[in-house]
Amino acid sequence: MALINYASREINSKIVYYGPGLGGKTTNIKFIYTKLNPSIKGKLISLATELDRTLFFDFLPVDIGTIRGFKTRFHLYTVPGQVFYNASRKLILKGVDGIVFVADSQIERFDDNIESLENLKDNLKTYNLSLREIPLVFQYNKRDLPNITQVAELNKVLNPLNIYPFFESVATQGVGVFDTLKEVCKMVLKKLST
Amino acid sequence: MSFNIFEKDFWSITEELNSLIKSANVKAAMLIDKAGQVITSSGDTETFDLSSFATLSAADFAATSQLASIIGEKEFAHLYHQGEKENIYITIVGDRVILAVVFDKRTTLGMVRIKIKQVVGRLERIFEDIFTKIGTQPKEERITDEFTKEAEEELDKLFG
Repeated sequence: MALINYASREINSKIVYYGPGLGGKTTNIKFIYTKLNPSIKGKLISLATELDRTLFFDFLPVDIGTIRGFKTRFHLYTVPGQVFYNASRKLILKGVDGIVFVADSQIERFDDNIESLENLKDNLKTYNLSLREIPLVFQYNKRDLPNITQVAELNKVLNPLNIYPFFESVATQGVGVFDTLKEVCKMVLKKLST
Repeated sequence: MSFNIFEKDFWSITEELNSLIKSANVKAAMLIDKAGQVITSSGDTETFDLSSFATLSAADFAATSQLASIIGEKEFAHLYHQGEKENIYITIVGDRVILAVVFDKRTTLGMVRIKIKQVVGRLERIFEDIFTKIGTQPKEERITDEFTKEAEEELDKLFG
């Protein structure tokens, strides 16, 4: 749930990167962090294990400036993708305004994507939310790898009604990273005005 | 849906935090929503990263509440972190807002607890009022299509 402060003229929204483990969620956030101008980004916080796997979350505040007198800020979070960290994932979804689902395009990870999306639906249910109510963008990552599922196939399973925008990406090189972020931010802002 | 804070409530909340700073002699006080966003702050917050502080406080509270439920408690309503020089006290206001206070040796934990208890009661009444107003704000106060359009243009500029 976005926080609109009419007194201090601030709007804060929360965007969560979700998806299976090692799919590229943290890579997205890290790429965004390295490319953004220091004046619009805050500190990148990573609560990770010694092996650099996300333990609790990564967090990056991005300030897009003052729009019509409102300082407008997006808080980007990633969740830990590994199956056994579900308690952490659920906590991070609290107050979510928009979701980027980072799917791993590799053929051997096909089922993991489905499982993670089902897990997202279940976790949203605990906050009395459904996918339909939250702006959602799919990102099909690792498109540079040789052994990948066709986009149409991924869409058929993850986005069967084709109602959510989707982007192909190579997060390690930044391909598709900002397109995805821009789309989800726009969808969140649109929802605020309805 | 969004969580809106209007002028009058904002100043009442900030006033409560200001009075807590003075009466308990604490360094800084922050109100944070459970999603980790700062609602308002008072005192000396210039010396640390407020956004990170808010996010981690909310995460701390959320994780500890889960720990509580594992052992059959509803939540741990008060968290205290003791450092060599600085300390943090975190508590819940109503059930949707977190109050975090930073203090040093100029005061004591006992004093902080007493003063926080007093201010939490008053803050709870203010927030109760804010939450009953959700979804009922006047039309002129809502986010307009013009805002969305300008924000979209800004996003195009910044993110290419």
